[in-house]
Amino acid sequence: MSNTENQIIYEKKPFPTKVASIGGILTALGLLLGVIAYFVEPLRASYNLIIAFMFLSSIGFGSLFIIALEYLAGAVWSTPFRRIAEIFALVLFAAFILAIPGFFNLQRIFHWSNPEVLAKDAIIKAKSPYLNTNFFIIRTVVIFLIGMLFYKLLTGNSSKQDKSGDQALTKKNLRISAIFMPVFAISITMLAIDWMMSLEPHWFSTIFGVYYFAGSFLAALAVLTFAVIKLNENGYLVKGITKDHYYSLGALMFGFTNFWAYIAFSQFLLIWYANLPEETFWFITRSEGSWKFVSLGIILVRFIIPYILLITQPSKMDAKRLKLAALWILGSHFYDLYWLIMPTYSKSGCLIGWMEFAFPILAIGIVILVFGLAARKKNLVAVGDPKLKRGIDFRL
Amino acid sequence: MMENKKLFGVTGLFDSPDAIIHAAEKISSDGYKQYDINTPYPMHGMSNAMKLKPSKLGYFALALGLSGTAIAFLFMAWVTNFDYKIVIGGKPYISFPAFVPIIFEVTVLLASVGTVVTMLLLFFRLPNNSHPLHDTNYMKSVSVDKFGVIIEASDKNFDLGKVKSLLTELGAMDISEIYYADEYTSKYKVYTPKFLGFLAVTAVFICAITYYTLNILLYQQPFSWMMNQAKGKVQSASVMFNDNKAMRNPVEGTVAQDYIPYPFKDKPEEAMASLSNPLLPDKATLELGKQRFLTYCSPCHGNFAEGDSRMNGQFPVPPSLHTDKVRNWPDGRIYHIITEGQNLMPSYSSQILRNDRWAIILYIRALQRALNAKEEDLK
Repeated sequence: MSNTENQIIYEKKPFPTKVASIGGILTALGLLLGVIAYFVEPLRASYNLIIAFMFLSSIGFGSLFIIALEYLAGAVWSTPFRRIAEIFALVLFAAFILAIPGFFNLQRIFHWSNPEVLAKDAIIKAKSPYLNTNFFIIRTVVIFLIGMLFYKLLTGNSSKQDKSGDQALTKKNLRISAIFMPVFAISITMLAIDWMMSLEPHWFSTIFGVYYFAGSFLAALAVLTFAVIKLNENGYLVKGITKDHYYSLGALMFGFTNFWAYIAFSQFLLIWYANLPEETFWFITRSEGSWKFVSLGIILVRFIIPYILLITQPSKMDAKRLKLAALWILGSHFYDLYWLIMPTYSKSGCLIGWMEFAFPILAIGIVILVFGLAARKKNLVAVGDPKLKRGIDFRL
Repeated sequence: MMENKKLFGVTGLFDSPDAIIHAAEKISSDGYKQYDINTPYPMHGMSNAMKLKPSKLGYFALALGLSGTAIAFLFMAWVTNFDYKIVIGGKPYISFPAFVPIIFEVTVLLASVGTVVTMLLLFFRLPNNSHPLHDTNYMKSVSVDKFGVIIEASDKNFDLGKVKSLLTELGAMDISEIYYADEYTSKYKVYTPKFLGFLAVTAVFICAITYYTLNILLYQQPFSWMMNQAKGKVQSASVMFNDNKAMRNPVEGTVAQDYIPYPFKDKPEEAMASLSNPLLPDKATLELGKQRFLTYCSPCHGNFAEGDSRMNGQFPVPPSLHTDKVRNWPDGRIYHIITEGQNLMPSYSSQILRNDRWAIILYIRALQRALNAKEEDLK
């Protein structure tokens, strides 16, 4: 096409330490506040910890999903910045660290793990082959080990390719991605069921895993979009990333905003229509008192505003608009997780204090810190990828 | 070659996608507006090279989609809340969540179908079925492996010599002039009696085929979907009987199961004298009586038999059952009224079982006593 030179122009620019230090400061601040919170109100702090944990898992698993999706679909447009998603997948390791304090507070957080409750409650007893402390911990550990294994396999091959340029590695990663997909589907569903749905052990919704997946994929896309635009503007990425690439990222965010709304509404409609008491109480908790406004707000914050921000064609190409939309979607993911998790802690009404901000600061700090540290060591572009040239030439 | 015809435009062919993109950039930067590119497959980046403005079709889609939203919502709201109020699943008349899927579907339907129709009518000018480029060598080439450009004569800057030299300069091959073909279009016009007649015949033919397939062919034996069964249907003719009726009358003297004739028709005094309540006023009987009373009696006589139901005022007032007359009637008299009816009250013999009638009477007695309690009842 019009791009006649066949040379890929990428030289690794030294990545500023500033990013890692900002991340470090935020992480330290969040950690300090979190520890204080734990001594002030341990239960409330634990619930907030789950929000931060689920957020980081979203970024980690969602980024892995984006990588695997690119290989499986044979997509070229995302190849120039696949490495950014690979770096964000590292957040997986940090997320697992946040799960560990949760393991020590299981009895406090999860109603079903309490032996006294178990003895009295027939429903929980019937669910106890799945919902028991040992199996719970095993599941989480296995899910994260599998995630880390696939991270190692996929990004390891990708890094090897930087030096060797071996095309067989792409083929290898394609196979690994194909195995990863079903594993990913099961693990993210289990993660959502274990850490969020089982907070109300009597409640069940078969679409819950998909709901969490929709939010996770959106969050991973948003953080990727923001980082790609910011890095590209400052010249850290390969030359030739254009509005066509931006448009594709924006279109995916727009599409999955709709997907999220579709799934969220499907969950609500079926429960509302069937009107069975064992299902409705979850929504009733969320529609009473001040939770009502939080629940209505989620329609506005998570669906209508991103929808309007991204609906027109020029808005998906506008760097400024995309960055705003990406940050908004990340914020709305926190909102969504807060809405999923906190009503179980405070049934009487919504609760906002310094604690509800401390843990998001921790989570965001960790994401920035991980990225800042990894970006200094790694190439920010998969220079050996055979699809890179086509990816740069991608036009709508 | 065809000097008397009107010129449509000048075409040129290129070999590679790079060349056609370069040509498009050059032609658009030279200020041509009325030109088009034809390629064998969609090309990324072409709309940029041609400097095309965003299509207006999106606004039609938006308008049509929003009208779908409005139509679906208003229609359902009118049907469920104004035209024919009916409670469905215990939900409010206008229950928005239940409307959402339908609103969504109608929005998508109207937006998609409407957009395609708009595109066909406004952008492709549908009834017009010919184009000067049809059946040209140019069109054949770009449908296979060439990349073509046509600059139309209607362009403001069009000048035959200049356009040809521009195309030559760009490296186009096979530069040729395309003319409107007058006799070609007049031969195949849409609005001729012959063609319209052909359309009408086709429509009738398709309707007939459809009718035959959906109503007759589909229901051939043995796939009759159980519509034809070997039995005599009510109100249909039968070849088995002399009178040709499929529906038979019962044999004389036949009595329905559990049916006992009522011997006191029009003889209330006899009924009063000879009937007595076979039931005892225990709890189960009173519960049964209450349930039946509330179902069959309360609509007129009121929930507590005071004659104060909402029928009050619409008919001659249904009597209270707490009058001295009714209180002093023996059970048999009330039983007779339930069975035979009285004044405006119809017979309930087909609706309330015999034992249920007696249970109702016991319940009425309980109500009467409750409203006229004596001092000894309080002990």
